Amino acid sequence: MTARTLFDKVWERHVVVPETASNPATLYIDLHLIHEVTSPQAFTDIENRGFGVRRPDRTLATIDHSTPTRINPDGSRPYVTDHAEKQVETLLANTREHGIETHGWESEHRGIVHVMGPELGATQPGMTIVCGDSHTSTHGAFGAVAFGIGTTQVGHVLATQCLLMTKPKTMAINVNGNLSEGVTPKDVILHIISSIGVGGGTGYALEYRGSVFEDMSMSGRMTVCNMSIEAGARCGMIGPDQTTFDFIRGRKFAPKNFDTACRNWVSLRTDGGAVFDREVHIRAEDIAPMVTYGTHPGMAISVDRTIPKAGTDADSGALDYMRLESGKPVAGTKVDRVFIGSCTNSRLEDLRAAAHVLRGRKVAGGLTAIVVPGSTLTKYQAEEEGLDRIFLEAGAEWREAGCSMCLGMNGDIGSPGDLVVSTSNRNFMGRQGPGVRTILASPQTAAATAVTGVITDPRTMETMV
Amino acid sequence: MSFEPFTTIISQTLVLPATNIDTDQIIPAKFLSVTTKDGLGEHVFSNLRYNADGSETDHELNSETGKACRILVAGHNFGCGSSREHAPWGLTDYGFRVVISSEIADIFWNNSLKNGLLPIIIEPAAHQWLLDNPGAKITVDLTKQDVSLPGNHMTYGFNIDAFSKHCLMEGVDELAYLAGQADAIAAYEVGHE
Repeated sequence: MTARTLFDKVWERHVVVPETASNPATLYIDLHLIHEVTSPQAFTDIENRGFGVRRPDRTLATIDHSTPTRINPDGSRPYVTDHAEKQVETLLANTREHGIETHGWESEHRGIVHVMGPELGATQPGMTIVCGDSHTSTHGAFGAVAFGIGTTQVGHVLATQCLLMTKPKTMAINVNGNLSEGVTPKDVILHIISSIGVGGGTGYALEYRGSVFEDMSMSGRMTVCNMSIEAGARCGMIGPDQTTFDFIRGRKFAPKNFDTACRNWVSLRTDGGAVFDREVHIRAEDIAPMVTYGTHPGMAISVDRTIPKAGTDADSGALDYMRLESGKPVAGTKVDRVFIGSCTNSRLEDLRAAAHVLRGRKVAGGLTAIVVPGSTLTKYQAEEEGLDRIFLEAGAEWREAGCSMCLGMNGDIGSPGDLVVSTSNRNFMGRQGPGVRTILASPQTAAATAVTGVITDPRTMETMV
Repeated sequence: MSFEPFTTIISQTLVLPATNIDTDQIIPAKFLSVTTKDGLGEHVFSNLRYNADGSETDHELNSETGKACRILVAGHNFGCGSSREHAPWGLTDYGFRVVISSEIADIFWNNSLKNGLLPIIIEPAAHQWLLDNPGAKITVDLTKQDVSLPGNHMTYGFNIDAFSKHCLMEGVDELAYLAGQADAIAAYEVGHE
């Protein structure tokens, strides 16, 4: 039998009707995650056409994008607009009507949809997982084919549990060797995107391979797969192994016959000799703590380097927007805000990493730092460990779970001109507020920056302790 | 049917030469708090079109000529980033039926096709000509799958999968097609639960 990749195996298991020259494949979807922003029009569409939800039992909902991360003293929630509140209410009404399990305000699993799925054990190897959100690629960390879709396709999946798809090409991203001290999964993925380019993955399903990913925690693997879309890739995956199984075991949706499931999952790993359409090789030793300096995630450099010369008009436009100068060191640039959170870096491991740097230190004067856990459960776990006290004593804000400043939809934004060091995934112009300039970094780098008030190499902080 | 069937579009182009125009730039997140698809054209490219006080800038997108353009030409890697379908909803509500670039991001590409917006990836020489000649009156022929430029009468082909082409030309969406496979879907479910 021909050697096959992980992607090929998962794809083939889900083909309901094969692809032909004139028609795309019909692909079955195992898990459909929904949230308030990209689903209301889909429910309206299917209802207008007389469809119901085919498999509410394969659908999970939460509220994350439009939700406030503060609570008023009277217990009410300060929505940024009436529209935002209506959007949340619409989601809750739609899911109630169609019998979809929903993690709303009362659930400890409410939070960022891509943190919730794995936390519930709903995200499993070999699954096809979709959500009306491009960072659905996060779930690929478990060896699932997971990708973002638009609202029309949300309607297709609600009504038929299927999608029409043409099979993408495959690309292996091999990273072998030993990561240096202070280098995190976020740095690995920023390095990869800066290597292959912000459109380098367009048309591909990525598989992250090599010792660096084998040694990585599930939290780190999720950080890496999360940003696959920032290279333009449809999805990114990592072969399931013992680390994956240990994470899932005991969670709410973990399979009853767990050992049988594990044997099945392990067979999904890419066969020896399987051929990818493209292979990329990166040495782990070449990766340093990374920060972005431009207006897309591919414009990233080691934090100890100087800002590169603008090669194109677009690059010089990006530097103008960022008010950064080529040839100058990026470290030492004054920062106004620090955001620790988002589906990229809001899990317990990320919060611990940030707290480790902030413990016993203070946020620099004039700088605002906010820490937003990925889910309510993550918040509780962090509080049990006392991480909230570390953040609060340092002078950072400790908020309710949600997407928050990653996209600023709920009103958590910077002021025009602010320079924000953010553990999120996109440094697009104006994403964190009109005129706001975003620098992407790891939780360690963000925390170190919060302390000094300037972009800081976290490796220099460790020696200060 | 949710959009007008597509055959041939003849229109002046509106050119946004920046590379990597992401969907946050096409439609910023603050406009995503809607529960319908209507009226998003007013907010499309809002950071280019409106000043901080809400007044209109003198950007071409606000001009009558701009508003009459059915074809948007954009720099490399258009539509990257977020999966928000509000981007093609906004672009079509504004009046665009075609977007041309040298590279278009996957999710945006898919979302466009489902809303009667034809995404075209064209070869670099033609792309450069289009960038250099904003306002050119060009012809996009979906039947023949080509773009005709004025003056030199050069014609450039483009690719689109047969199924999407059929759906665009007939003005049908995919849900009816998928629903027609209900038996195959049910059979799959029986074998895979």
